[in-house]
Amino acid sequence: MLRRRPASDRLVDGGFRNLTIVLASFVAITLLAIFITVFQGAREAMQTFGLTFITTSNWNPVDNEYGAFTAIYGTLVSSIMALVIAVPLGIGTAIFITENLIPLRWREVIGVMVELLAAIPSVVLGLWAIFVMEPFIRPFLQFLYDAFGWLPFFNSPPQGPGMAPAIIILVVMILPIITSISRDALNQVPNELRQGAYGVGSTRWVAILNVILPAAVSSIMGGIMLSLGRAMGETMAVTMIIGNSNNFSFSLLAPGNTIASMLANQFGEADGIQVSALLYAAVILMVLTFTVNIAAQWIIKKLSLKY
Amino acid sequence: MTTTFPASSKSLHFNPSLKRNRLDQFLTGLAGVFSTIAVLPLILVLLYVLIQGGRLISIGLFTQLPPAPGLDGGGIGNALIGTVVVTLIASLIAIPVGVGGGVFLAEYSSGGWFAQFIRVGNDILAGVPSIIAGIFVYGAIVATRVFFGQSYTAAAGGLALAVLMLPTVIKTTDEGLKLVPRELTWGAIGVGASKFVTVTRITLPSAFTPIATGVVLAIARAAGETAPLIFTALFSPFWPEGLFNPIATMSVLIFNFAIMPFEPQNELAWAASFVLVVMILAANLFARWLRRFAAK
Amino acid sequence: MTSTKQATPATNTCLALENVSISYGSFEAVRNVHMDIPAGKVTAFIGPSGCGKSTVLRALNRMNDLIEGCTLKGRVVFDAQNIYAKEVDPVEVRRRIGMVFQKPNPFPKSIYENIAFGARINGYKGDMDELVERSLRKAFIWDETKDKLKESGNALSGGQQQRLCIARAIAVEPEVILMDEPCSALDPISTLKIEELMHELKKTFSIVIVTHNMQQAVRVSDQTAFFNAEAVEGGSGKVGYLVEFNETERIFNAPVQQATQDYVTGRFG
Repeated sequence: MLRRRPASDRLVDGGFRNLTIVLASFVAITLLAIFITVFQGAREAMQTFGLTFITTSNWNPVDNEYGAFTAIYGTLVSSIMALVIAVPLGIGTAIFITENLIPLRWREVIGVMVELLAAIPSVVLGLWAIFVMEPFIRPFLQFLYDAFGWLPFFNSPPQGPGMAPAIIILVVMILPIITSISRDALNQVPNELRQGAYGVGSTRWVAILNVILPAAVSSIMGGIMLSLGRAMGETMAVTMIIGNSNNFSFSLLAPGNTIASMLANQFGEADGIQVSALLYAAVILMVLTFTVNIAAQWIIKKLSLKY
Repeated sequence: MTTTFPASSKSLHFNPSLKRNRLDQFLTGLAGVFSTIAVLPLILVLLYVLIQGGRLISIGLFTQLPPAPGLDGGGIGNALIGTVVVTLIASLIAIPVGVGGGVFLAEYSSGGWFAQFIRVGNDILAGVPSIIAGIFVYGAIVATRVFFGQSYTAAAGGLALAVLMLPTVIKTTDEGLKLVPRELTWGAIGVGASKFVTVTRITLPSAFTPIATGVVLAIARAAGETAPLIFTALFSPFWPEGLFNPIATMSVLIFNFAIMPFEPQNELAWAASFVLVVMILAANLFARWLRRFAAK
Repeated sequence: MTSTKQATPATNTCLALENVSISYGSFEAVRNVHMDIPAGKVTAFIGPSGCGKSTVLRALNRMNDLIEGCTLKGRVVFDAQNIYAKEVDPVEVRRRIGMVFQKPNPFPKSIYENIAFGARINGYKGDMDELVERSLRKAFIWDETKDKLKESGNALSGGQQQRLCIARAIAVEPEVILMDEPCSALDPISTLKIEELMHELKKTFSIVIVTHNMQQAVRVSDQTAFFNAEAVEGGSGKVGYLVEFNETERIFNAPVQQATQDYVTGRFG
């Protein structure tokens, strides 16, 4: 006859299982609570301003008139511009450290350095941007103004904090993400495929551009979307260097704003409907980042090539 | 057979003037330039943090309070303790919850809708901007004054950081457990061990290193976070006064002091950056070592 | 015994290995190989696993360059040039010495593009449609693919994929085709088709094939090289070497070396 398991044993077994379920559901609870808290707070502003909140750029706490266009525009422009610069840099670096172009030791060193860059806190990068990077690039920005001031993108004199240095610091922040995801994607391309390409007489870059990159493209695209989400939500470094101005300007040399930096700057001192307006902006930021992140997951899952 | 390939010179020699070889060299050079640009910020940031912050390192930096605006001297003693306290609170919440959730996903779920939902939810939570986590904790805890009528508290700051740590801990636990060979689990179940004993005695310990690596990285990241703390833990010019009062942290100190127009405050921001960066890089190198150690 | 220079039949030599030793880092994989691979014939490399036969094969078109830390001593002479000379472009070598791999590895592109890719990068100026059809026909796979040239090469079965890879290799009109256990991942019927194909191909190309299947070597090859591995004095690993190289019939019926005799009669080990 089989020995029966003691009741206490089964109780512990079942209890532990239930405990893990409860702990796992904390994810859902937290997510739900975030949604409810932010939406609840934003309701008043949503009812008051409606969709004109998105299309107007008048942010006036004195008259209680709020339009977040400048911040939304700034969020999109800064993150997309940063992406446009960081994607070629990141993919180029990933290729450089996976495709056997330089000795292994150097590839490892560069890989480690890029990973460590991702570990530097945003606020430290912001400090560096204020005191080192921005003063350093100002002459160059001045040159852009002098030479191309007739373009709407450069039609204001650089005066310190502004959109352009914010974009550069965002590039620094998302570059490690794009590089490491691209590197993983390239490493996952089967070696047989590389050999096949070299076997028909490809040079290194013909193989990279025609066979290896296309095989890795879906993971890389997913990584790019993830870093776009990260760039849109990035707060500290951008807040410290973008100038936090709600006056709309096309000029990249002028101070601007993003939703995240507006929240960081005003939320602590806001009251009344301004809080609600800020939370309305937070809702927009959440919708933007959620959309981008879900698109990223979808790209990774659905578009992954089978090789 | 008709050959329509260009008449090969029959020479196997490398011909640098060929278009394909010129293109190859150009692109390799370009990738090299890109890589240089990618590592340049790290070198420059580290260099400045070392120079600007390193020269301010003294005993007083760690034992004194920051000076009042306009005054000289002082240290970041309270902020150093505050960062440790807030990160500790976050770890004490996020690690048990995250490991438990990860155990559920890897060991108990059989791919049902709930597990699927938690996995997707976890990915979404990982993508929530850190400032939103701060606003959420502000709305849920600070504004409602649930902690003994206190608004800004160290506990609220820790909670906000925990929200950011949770997805990473769950994901590394889930993935770490999945790396444990199934045979090991079967072996334990085969000798009559209950699922609870199997998981806690066999599976979890075998996955210790990958989980620990992920947890160390998550803690390091949380220690440097600022956005979730500015409306939760706030800041304090005094020594920490328990978990239910505002508390200074190094990251918020850097933010506050960087934008002040006073030289001594700016210098303390650099000094705090130095300490923070050294701590975080040390944690990262430790995690890297842990991974390499486990690979042996 | 470290090397054995065999008298080779008087045919045109296509590839000559002169005292070739190959190492991965500090580990020596193959030592002191001398052999003259004849043109216009099928040469098979056989031997137990770990004897370095695939390593030697990959050395013939510098495929080992892609492996970190792999170095070669000695000379591999092709078309009167040492392909390991400093001034040689490995890309040029691979254009004239094609390769088919153990696992079918079509590019994640259409069947048409799989064939056209190599030709295009080699500067092919003729009618691409005609080249694709001709290559697919030569690889006995035209009938199965002519209606789905735009579909992905990955949609084909394993055997079809391998014939597609052979078609891809012959489309660039190399002089030699190296085959690294091309049938090891295939079922018997696909294997038979590829063996049939090789009889056809040797009219145009010189073929070197690595196989772990002795019957296959007997069926397809004119010449056979038997490789073996022996323990290194004082070392931990084994190093491969060429035992015997001769006409296939001689290797299997009247080998000179006892080791060959043992291996081909299955008394090995």
